[in-house]
Amino acid sequence: MKTLSPGRKRLIDNSITYGIVIAAYIILQIMNAGGHMSPSLQGLLVPICAYITMAISLNLVVGISGELSLGHAGFMSVGAFSGVVASMSLQQAIPSGSIRLAVSMVVGALCAGVAGLIVGVPVLRLRGDYLAIVTLAFGEIIKNIINVLYVGVDQNGIHFSTANEMALNLEEGGMAILKGPMGVTSNVKLSSFTAGFILVMIALVVALNLINSRSGRAIMALRDNRIAAESVGIGATKYKLMAFVTSAVMAGAAGALYAMNFSSFAAKKFDFNTSILILVFVVLGGLGNIRGSVIAAALLYVLPELLRDFYDYRMLIYAVVLILVMLATNNPTIKGFFARFFRKEKEETAKGGAAQ
Amino acid sequence: MKKRILALTLAGTMTMGLLAGCGGGSTESAAPSDATESTAPAESASAAEGGVIKIGGIGPLTGGAAVYGLATKQGAEVAVEEINALGGLQFSLDFQDDEGDAEKAVNAYNKLKGNGVQLIYGCTTTTPCVAVAAETFNDRYFQLTPSASSTSVTEGKDNVFQVCFTDPNQGTTAADYIKDNGLGTKVAVIYNNGDAYSTGIYNSFQSEADTIGLEIVTVQTFPDDTNTDFTVQLSAAKDAGADLVFMPIYYTPASLILNQAKTMGYAPTFFGCDGMDGILDLEGFDVSLAEGLMLMTPFNAWGEDERTVSFVKAYQDAYGTIPNQFAADGYDCIYAIYEACMKAGITAETSPTDVCEKLIATFTDSAFSVDGLTGTGMTWGTNGEVTKAPVVVKVEGGVYVTQ
Repeated sequence: MKTLSPGRKRLIDNSITYGIVIAAYIILQIMNAGGHMSPSLQGLLVPICAYITMAISLNLVVGISGELSLGHAGFMSVGAFSGVVASMSLQQAIPSGSIRLAVSMVVGALCAGVAGLIVGVPVLRLRGDYLAIVTLAFGEIIKNIINVLYVGVDQNGIHFSTANEMALNLEEGGMAILKGPMGVTSNVKLSSFTAGFILVMIALVVALNLINSRSGRAIMALRDNRIAAESVGIGATKYKLMAFVTSAVMAGAAGALYAMNFSSFAAKKFDFNTSILILVFVVLGGLGNIRGSVIAAALLYVLPELLRDFYDYRMLIYAVVLILVMLATNNPTIKGFFARFFRKEKEETAKGGAAQ
Repeated sequence: MKKRILALTLAGTMTMGLLAGCGGGSTESAAPSDATESTAPAESASAAEGGVIKIGGIGPLTGGAAVYGLATKQGAEVAVEEINALGGLQFSLDFQDDEGDAEKAVNAYNKLKGNGVQLIYGCTTTTPCVAVAAETFNDRYFQLTPSASSTSVTEGKDNVFQVCFTDPNQGTTAADYIKDNGLGTKVAVIYNNGDAYSTGIYNSFQSEADTIGLEIVTVQTFPDDTNTDFTVQLSAAKDAGADLVFMPIYYTPASLILNQAKTMGYAPTFFGCDGMDGILDLEGFDVSLAEGLMLMTPFNAWGEDERTVSFVKAYQDAYGTIPNQFAADGYDCIYAIYEACMKAGITAETSPTDVCEKLIATFTDSAFSVDGLTGTGMTWGTNGEVTKAPVVVKVEGGVYVTQ
């Protein structure tokens, strides 16, 4: 009987995750080309990709690194607004939409990464729940800063103000991109499902490779037993920061993708509730389980939209389904029910193996 | 074991079905025909005379702004019922929840598109409305909003029209009104600098005040999240000697301001905008605090004219509360659509694109005007903004008195 080596098992496991995402992309593209897709689902594709990336990103912090982040929407917000400012100010310089989208995602990712570094450096030296509290505060601070920030662009460059639109002193032909509490109101939509798919794939490659690398094992060792890990010479802050900043960078890129899908959005969107929504995706998908995050994010995001036919009872049913999923994934009876299927398969392979 | 799980699943499905029935039923009672299967027969019955024009509504039915979304939905439902009772053109309203969020609003709009609506009524709040307006502009759907008052809603889009005043318009009108009627010589402003509506009105109020020479002695702000204590802002206004406090804010924080001002023994004239409407219905609010409060609202539920009286009665019979300005805006929207559809000859078969082009032509036609609850002789320009006379009311004895 052959036993799979850990490396091989991991390869198969990762291939299944990639396979699911690629298959979903191909099926949806075929459906779209054949005109079998409702406008409702078409509109959901890009936000789904953004939320999947957010879930992968948060899972790196919560599941892999074992720290609780309650302000992940803050990084999304940084990415979204910096991405939009980049895209709008480069409108003349880069006429091609897809290149501009890529540039805005890179800018969003970099800005969010810097924000992650600023938050992470002091906080990841602490132990316990401090990161949760600081990230919570970070999310709120970012929201309030963007709420009073006015950004405009004209031929002299980018102008900032915290007073009002007039204070930007834009020249003739200039345009205000970010208008304080009104947010962005005249964005040019660039996001496409393909761009979203590519982002999800990049996030998956980065996350899975990080987990399966030497650094990834160090990060997980720190999560499981910090004292033991430090005793063999693993620097806690360095590795935790690595996971945290990678996560922030992904969240920034996801934020930019998300932002470029709407012509109007405000800082209020990226509040505590959005952070918790992503945390729900991660927890229900399984802490540390990247594939679970992808599936949970996609399903749980689509669910409230599918429930629109229930009108007033929509959110009630959504909550009930969430509770049921939580119970079901933790119920030994139901787990056993599913486990039996897999056991049968295993037994068959085992039998086959024994016969050889 | 398998049986038990099967039984559970079945029970679950049946409960869902039951709830679905309720959902359809409750919406049905309000709007005669909905996109749910249970109401399909009713729809085909009334479809005998020219079919039903499907209007897709979007607004917040859950979340912090739900009170506004519900009001616009219910106001519109009253109008739909009245119009359907007339015979003639038949309407159906499919109203979807957007939670006051741009992303959810776009999702709701896509859902409505899939449901086959012919035009869009909404959104209630500004940010979702701008996001949906960009979509309707690309897809060529006609859109009429009852209450999204920012200029960015209609800017650059020929297919979007407003029934409410724009924010800048309100700020300018308020400044002029205060100056012309000598309501105050030293004005203090308290506004929410985390809110688009509040900031929009303040900016235009400030620039108009500078132009006409109205003295603003202090400008105080508060953020969106912490709006429970206003003693700092009120003390600043009192110390600056303000005899009028202009508050372009929603009624919930305003009620606290009025209460805290009374505790401080500070009694200037308080002046609000249309977001202040609804303060008298606020649960647990002592209406005597609002005595003398002035606000600009296009609708006075205590008005004496026949239409207002009959609308308030119909609304109270259906929902048990006194309608506010949002409900009246919603009611007027449906009547504006009704009159425009009659004029343009829209039927249930007209495609959304044709509906859009025909209604744009009708709405921008200078001969087209609508008499509604929120104004008589409302007309629209090509920029989508409405032209109607502003109304200022004063709270006297717990009711509005039109000034």
